[in-house]
Formats: sequence, structure tokens, C-alpha cells
Amino acid sequence: MYLLINREDVKKTAELARLRLTDDEIDDYQNTLSEILEAANRLQDVDTAAVDPAAHAVESVNVYRDDVPKPGLDRDDVLRNGPHVVDGFFRVPRIMEE
Amino acid sequence: MTYEPVIGLEIHVELLTATKLFCGCLTGFGAQPNSQCCPVCLGLPGALPVLNRRAVEFAVMAGLALGCRIHTRSKFDRKNYFYPDLPKAYQISQFDLPFCVDGAVSFELDGGPSEAGITRVHLEEEAGKSVHSGDSILGSTYSSIDYNRSGIPLIEIVTEPDLRSPEAAKAFLEQLRTTLQYTGVSDCKMQEGSLRCDANVSLRPVGQEPFGTKVEVKNMNSFRAVERALAYEIHRQTGVLTGGDTVSQETRAWDEARGVTVSMRSKEESHDYRYFPEPDLMPVTMEAPWIEGLRARLPELPLARKRRFCRDFSLSHDEAYQLTQSRETADFFEAAAALHPSPKAVSNWINGELARLLNEAGVAITVSPVTPEMLSKLLDYVKAGTISSTAAKDVLEDMFVTKRSAELVIKEKGLEQISDSDAIGSVVQAIIEAHPEEAAAFRAGKDKVLGFFVGQVMREMRGKANPQVVNELLRQKLRN
Amino acid sequence: MNLQTTSAVELQRLLNDGSLSSRELVDRCAERISDQEPSIGAFLTLSLDTAKAEAAASDERRRRGALLSPWDGIPVAVKDNICTRGLRTTCGSRMLERFVPPYDAAVVERLRTAGLPVLGKTNLDEFAMGSSTENSALQRTCNPRDTQRVPGGSSGGSAAAVAAGESPWALGSDTGGSIRQPAAFCGVVGIKPTYGTVSRYGLVAYASSLDQIGTFGRRVRDAASLLQLIAGHDARDSTSLPAETLQLGSDDPSVRGLRVGLPLEYLEHGLNAEIHQAVMDAVRRLEEAGAVVQELRLPLTDYAVETYYLIATAEASSNLARYDGVRYGYRAEADDSRGMFEMSRTEGFGDEVKRRIMLGTYALSAGYYDAYYKKAQQIRTMMRREYESAFEQVDVLLTPTSPTTAFAFGDKSTPLDMYLQDIFTVTSNLVGIPAVSLPCGEDSHKLPIGLQIMGPHFSEARLVETAEWLERQRNGGDSHDL
Repeated sequence: MYLLINREDVKKTAELARLRLTDDEIDDYQNTLSEILEAANRLQDVDTAAVDPAAHAVESVNVYRDDVPKPGLDRDDVLRNGPHVVDGFFRVPRIMEE
Repeated sequence: MTYEPVIGLEIHVELLTATKLFCGCLTGFGAQPNSQCCPVCLGLPGALPVLNRRAVEFAVMAGLALGCRIHTRSKFDRKNYFYPDLPKAYQISQFDLPFCVDGAVSFELDGGPSEAGITRVHLEEEAGKSVHSGDSILGSTYSSIDYNRSGIPLIEIVTEPDLRSPEAAKAFLEQLRTTLQYTGVSDCKMQEGSLRCDANVSLRPVGQEPFGTKVEVKNMNSFRAVERALAYEIHRQTGVLTGGDTVSQETRAWDEARGVTVSMRSKEESHDYRYFPEPDLMPVTMEAPWIEGLRARLPELPLARKRRFCRDFSLSHDEAYQLTQSRETADFFEAAAALHPSPKAVSNWINGELARLLNEAGVAITVSPVTPEMLSKLLDYVKAGTISSTAAKDVLEDMFVTKRSAELVIKEKGLEQISDSDAIGSVVQAIIEAHPEEAAAFRAGKDKVLGFFVGQVMREMRGKANPQVVNELLRQKLRN
Repeated sequence: MNLQTTSAVELQRLLNDGSLSSRELVDRCAERISDQEPSIGAFLTLSLDTAKAEAAASDERRRRGALLSPWDGIPVAVKDNICTRGLRTTCGSRMLERFVPPYDAAVVERLRTAGLPVLGKTNLDEFAMGSSTENSALQRTCNPRDTQRVPGGSSGGSAAAVAAGESPWALGSDTGGSIRQPAAFCGVVGIKPTYGTVSRYGLVAYASSLDQIGTFGRRVRDAASLLQLIAGHDARDSTSLPAETLQLGSDDPSVRGLRVGLPLEYLEHGLNAEIHQAVMDAVRRLEEAGAVVQELRLPLTDYAVETYYLIATAEASSNLARYDGVRYGYRAEADDSRGMFEMSRTEGFGDEVKRRIMLGTYALSAGYYDAYYKKAQQIRTMMRREYESAFEQVDVLLTPTSPTTAFAFGDKSTPLDMYLQDIFTVTSNLVGIPAVSLPCGEDSHKLPIGLQIMGPHFSEARLVETAEWLERQRNGGDSHDL
């Protein structure tokens, strides 16, 4: 059976999404995503030349707030849900990339 | 073969708004970690951004100051990438419709005019700050994240690849910084990170049109570092090309301590940011009257001011340049020059003695203990001959410390010059009478003897006599 | 009083005439909850102690004549993707199993300032991604009409809580039908308002440009009244509309002269005959009462599901990127940050969430953006035009809410099968228009059938009036007791 996307596509996408997949899962995703994208390719039948894409369900423009301070969260509330908090910082293991 | 460097810069500048770009949290520097945060800038589930109007105004003002055209319709986009200090794992930025495009910055290089194009200026949000354990990111075992900075408004300025040397890059940056500081949209402090600069650099054989492969250089923490890193990178790439190799497209980090650039990642590892229009924010439209209103809020910019100083105050190019490097200094000058008849003298004193005192004390000119009014008074005394220039330096130093007026200091120190012809005349008369031989020599045409008489008079009057008056009276009385 | 059948409107009357106190009402809800939950499982977290205290406070206000709103004292259930300060908000995910928000969603603030005690947080498909609530990582919710069947989704917990008489009404969220389809499956009323009518501040985002909070009630007037209470502009949501106060409901609803459109695309494709019949019965009643019914075509409907899934998953892939184990949520330990991110997300998210993140990431990635995401956004523009021109001819559109009635657990085995559940509901989200689902009969298994009424932007009042008229027809003119 012809599949729309290959294993490399699946692996690259998983990396972008920061998900880890087992070999079996890669196969699964290759199948399901191909099936879904195959269906999505029907959209190519619709002539959309010169049609602006709609990013919003209801259009509006220039929604602003004034540059006026508002109280934020108490520091305890900021940190409370942190899985690993030390000295008021969120701690993460070493960062290997820029 | 000779190669020509082609340099483009990407500059990030934090805007001086009171609150963050999308929430009401404060933007102040140096607060306790994670104490200036709310659901929005922490990226808590369910939080939504609302655009700070002043940040938009500041971004457009920056664009206008850099000679840009303003898009009448802009929008925000999400730039998706994972990093511990990026709380939503996307940065709200602008992709294909930035606020400002097609500008240019004129600057001076080796005394001549130069210019670099501005491709675009767009508005985006800051990430938080990662503090790495150990000496460097590579040697660390963990990092600590502070989100106080997260969400501070930032403009990204991208130049055309118009710069041709490290010196040009530095001169451009200095002019850019001055210009932005003038507009008041940013303090541009590189040490505090409110101005950051990355560079793209490539080489091409002189005379060749197409650009070579470009390398992005990051991690430069001062203008001097930019200059050094570019010089190093040009040297490195020249070596690669001369050796018959090709430059590979990559991102390199400047290592300040070792004075070299180090490879960070190659093009293959480059990011796929998956930009798409931010659904949580509405587009921004800008009508011409609104844009003109912002333009009207811009001050006179450094280059225009420098030219005006040369023209209106008859200052030299260098003097005017020095005065206009900061808006505050230029303001100080204009305030003092309005009160004193000699702009040249005002300029000399500001660029000279006052600058030295401010620098030594680490005090900004805006809070100088000697105000423009006080300085102009002091210079009035010098001009009127009440005190000598030498004495005025002492007076200024005293004023700087005690904040007293020139008049008070001069009186207290007894530094007033004696210009009164009668008082000086009687001393002159007495000295001439006491030295008849020398007087005869002068009359016989030995002009040099005059110096002797001046010295005698000044000694007698303990240096307070106005030298001009002494000279005049001596000539007059010796001839008789 | 039978709590299972009494409308919020009736509860309001009972509270006002003194025959019921808020505290008694909350106690009755608590009893009903402890009785029903073992077989229904609508709630993920209960806050009954707080609700009882709030009810007592409401009674005290009533004594002092200082009610906060006409609905003061009537308790409510809240879907667990809406943030509640101090009360965990899980989104039905391992990722947020222990997440306690430090702030209230805008709608929760409105509930509080109106004096409505919150009974608890209701189950949902993980991060609202699903049409059966089977994707909840924390709990199974059963359909009160048949516990072998799903309650629909993603707001299955809220629909079930209302249908089972555990709560008079409830809040849900609707991204592609997540209020209307479970309302149809459980035999209650669900309203998804015009996009921007209700603040999304504090609603955990699935697909930002489609998400909208709405309401469940056992009666049209209940759902409409709760909507009225939570609707309104909120400066914290840039997509919130500066709309005037929603005026909903009429004491004498009428459909005379109403122009009703019957889009044929919603009635074809081998639609279940019983559902078709139920819709046509409603059409016949409307016609008899003087409504003008016309068939029409909305050809882009055929592309709605694909368009929806590309946009929704693209936005979701970005919205769910923040769950990285740094500031909150599930965290797996690893030697470096990237590993920590990957393991936390891999272990913290369920299969359907990961599938949608993968799909959305792919659709946005370099080289595919134009073919998928941009194309879908363009078709969205065309759909908006198509519906705008339809609404020049008709006032409302009448369609089935769902192509099926409630199905059995595990029945929709492939993702695509499940996605097709949303075929009749996704368009109103893409276009941003309001839609109501109300019961319009039962199939041969005694399972409720849902009728969907859609109208142009801001036509909630018209939709509610039409729905209320239909409701009275079915109930012999009395809309206050079943």
C-alpha cells in the first residue's frame, strides 16, 4: 500500500514536537497520518486562488490594552506548580543546545 | 585573491514600556527571580495575550526613526520552538507582515558619510532568562529559569547586507544606538541585555556580485565584541577560502575569552519554526494620520541635530558630533548655549572639563550638579575677564562638588581678576618707574622687554590682574 | 421536587418563594452525585464542601435581600478545562493531573460574582480532543441514558452530569461540536455561542480560533440563561467581542414567518433514517406553525471535517507545546532538558493528543504549510462566505447534531471514524456562528436524537426562541417540567 508520508517524516515531526516514538509507533503514525492526510488532500480539489486565509472565526482589528501595570501573581503562586523549584528558580537539567 | 566581507546585522532592542508586551506585569530590571510574573507571561494553561498599545507605538517610532515605511496592515505570528526559558514554547513575533520595512541608517565612517539599509523592524516578546550552573552552558549540570524578563517587548531590527568591515558594523551600531536612545523607546544598554546583536558575515572576491556562504555569529556582548568577532570571522573565512576550501553555512558563537568563534550548529540542524498567524491576537491596522502623529512625537534625530549644530552654532564637525552622541548632552548644550554668547566656549567646556568631571564621578549629564545655567554663568565670568580660564577650571570643580554658583565660589576663593584700569595703572606706573633701564630698552624697540614688565606687574598683583588690561596699560605708559 | 427533571428556571422559582434553600439544593445535588457517580463518572473533582458553604452564603444573602444575580444559589458544574483557582484543573490528562491553577477563568469569576456554587469539575476527552470522552486519561464517563454507551464528547462529563440530574446546568467548551454532540447523545440542551461572545481567558486552549465556552441545561431557557450570565466582553481576551448584553428567551416564542433552511449536505450520505425522520418531524411542525422552510445547498460542507482537523491540530500542536515539564504539569526526569521535555510529553500525553500534535506539527512544517494549513484557512474564508450568503436567504439552518446517536464504548475504532462524528458540528466553529442542539426525539433504542439550529453571528436570541418553541411543541406547551 502506498503511504503518503515516510518513516523519516514521522521521525522528523516527532522531533519537532518533542515526542519520542518506538519503532512500532512510528509505523502506526505512518499509517494513521497518511490516512488522515490522504483525506485532507481532497481539499486540493477546492479552487482557492485569490482567497485570503482566515486566521480568525470573527474578524476585528486593533485590540489593545493601555501600558498600565496590573498586579501579577504572588511569587508562591508562580512557583507552586513547579515540578522542581530551587531558590525561587525553576530548575531544569542541563541545556545541550542553543 | 582579495576578498570583500559582506556583513548584515540583526539587533534586538528591549522597549522602555512600563509593562510587558501582552500583560500588565512590570518590566523593571533586577527584581527577585520570578516575582514579576502572571498567568500570561508564565504561559499558564488558559492565559491569553492582550497587546500593549505603547509597545506598538514605540516599535513604529523606532521604525520611523530608522527611516522605515510602515505597513498599514500587520499581524502577529507564532514562532514555535522549545527552550526552557520560552514559557509557551512559542514566541509571539511577526513573520511576513512586520510593522516597519525598507529603512536606512546614515552614519559616519572614517570621517565620511556611510549608510546601511534596514530590511525590517518587527515587534516580539522576550523569553525568560536561563542562569547556567558552572562557568558555561556546556559545563553546567543544570540551569535555573527566571521568567521576569519573559514578555518584555522587543524589537528586532534586521539590516541589509550593506556593511563592509567590522569598523563599519561598529560605527553603524553606535549610530543606531544613539538614534534609538534619542527616540526614548529604549535605553539600549548592552550590559543589561536591552540591546543585543547577532551578525551574518560572508566573503566574496572583490568585484564579484553574488554573496558567498554566510555564517551567523552570536553571543557578542559589546560593540567592541562585535567588531572583534567580525574581524576574527573574516580572518577565519579568508583562511578557509585561501586554503581552497568552502565556507560552510552554520551558526557560530563568539568566545570572548579566547577571542575566537566556535561552531554551534550547521544548516541541517537549523530550526523549523512553523510560523503561523497568532489566533489569540487580532491584526493591527495603521492609518496615515496615526503614523504621522507618532512621527510628530519623534525628537530631532542625532544626524539632523549635528548638522544644525554645525550650521547654527558654527561648531566644527567633531564638536557637533561629540555633543549629539547623546540626546541629553545635546540638550544640555542647547540650554547653556541659549544663555551664553559663545557656543564654541560652551561646547569646549561640555566636551572637555564637564565631561571629565561627569565621567570621573560616574554621573549622568541629566543629573549633573552643574546645570546649564550655572555653566553659562561661569563662562560669562570668563568672557567678561572676571576670572581667567585657568581659574575657571578650579571654580568648575568646586561647583561640581558643592553645587554652589560660580559667583559664590569666585568670591570665596578671591579669584576675581582685576580689570580696573586705575588699580592696574598705578601698579604699572610704579613698576616702570622702578625699572628705568628696561623701560628705555623697550622704547628703543626691544619689544621682548614687555614680557618682563607683565611678569613684574602680575607678581605684584598676585596673578589677579587681567593680562589684557596689563598689556594695554604697559604699552601705553611705556611709550609716554 | 425531582432534581433530575426540574429546570433551573423552576429551581429559581422555588428559591424565590422560599420553598427551597440553596443549601438544600446543593445537598440534594450532593446526594444525587454520590448516588449516580459510581455508574456515571461525570466528575473528575468535586468541591461539595465549598459549594455547600457558598450555598449557605447565598441563603444568607437571600435573607438580607442582597442577591448577587437572579440565579444566585443555583449550583453549576464546570468542565475540567476551565481554570478554577485552588481547584485542580486536569483537562482529563496525566499531564495536568495535579495542576492547581493560581487563577480563575473569566467565566468562573462570573459564576462567582453571580453567586453560583461550583459543584465540581467534569470529565472530558483529554484536552477536549475527542467525541466520546473515551480519551480522558483519568476516568470513564457513561451515558446516563444507557451506561453501556458513551456520553459523547469532549464535554461528556458536563452533559452527563446534567442528564443524570447531578447538576441543574453546566459549562462546557465547544471546538468542533464538543458541547452540541454530547448534549445530543445525553438528551439535554447545549449552546455554542458566536465566537467571541464568552471570554476564553482561563479556558485551556485546544484550538484557539475555534474554541468557545458554552452551556448545558435540561431546558433551552436554562442553557440560555447560563449563557447570558457568562457572556460579555472581557479585556483579557483579545478575541472577545464588545457585544451588548445578550437578551435571550421570550415568554411567547414564535416561529411564524421564520425562514428555515434545510442544507441537503447534512441530510445525505446515508444518514441514519431515524435521525432523518426526527429532523423532518421538527421541520413539519415548524412549517405547520407558519415557518417558511426551504432546502438549500452548502457544498463546502463536504470539506468541513478535513478543514477543521487541519486547523484545529495545527493550533493544538502549538497550544500544547507549553507542556514541557518546566513550570507545571507532569515531568519525567532526564539528563538534559531536551530529554526531559521529550519524556515528560511522551509520558504525560495520551495517544489521541499525541496524534493531533503530530498531525498539526506536520501540517505546519516547512514545505507543507501552504498545502495544508493555508489551504484550510482559505477554505475557511470560502465557508464563511457560503454561510453568509445562505443567511441572506434564511434565518436559521436546521440539521441533525450528529450523524449517529450515542454509540457503545470502543465502537469508533479508527481516528478517522471518530473524526467523522463531527461532520455536522465543525462548520459553525470554523465560521464562528452560534448553534444550539436540543432533543428532538429518540431512536428505537430509546437513545436521544439531537437537532441542531444554526444562525448567523449574534443570532443567539433567534436560535433560542426557535429552540424554545420546538421544545414546547414536544412537551405539550409546558416548558418548565418534563
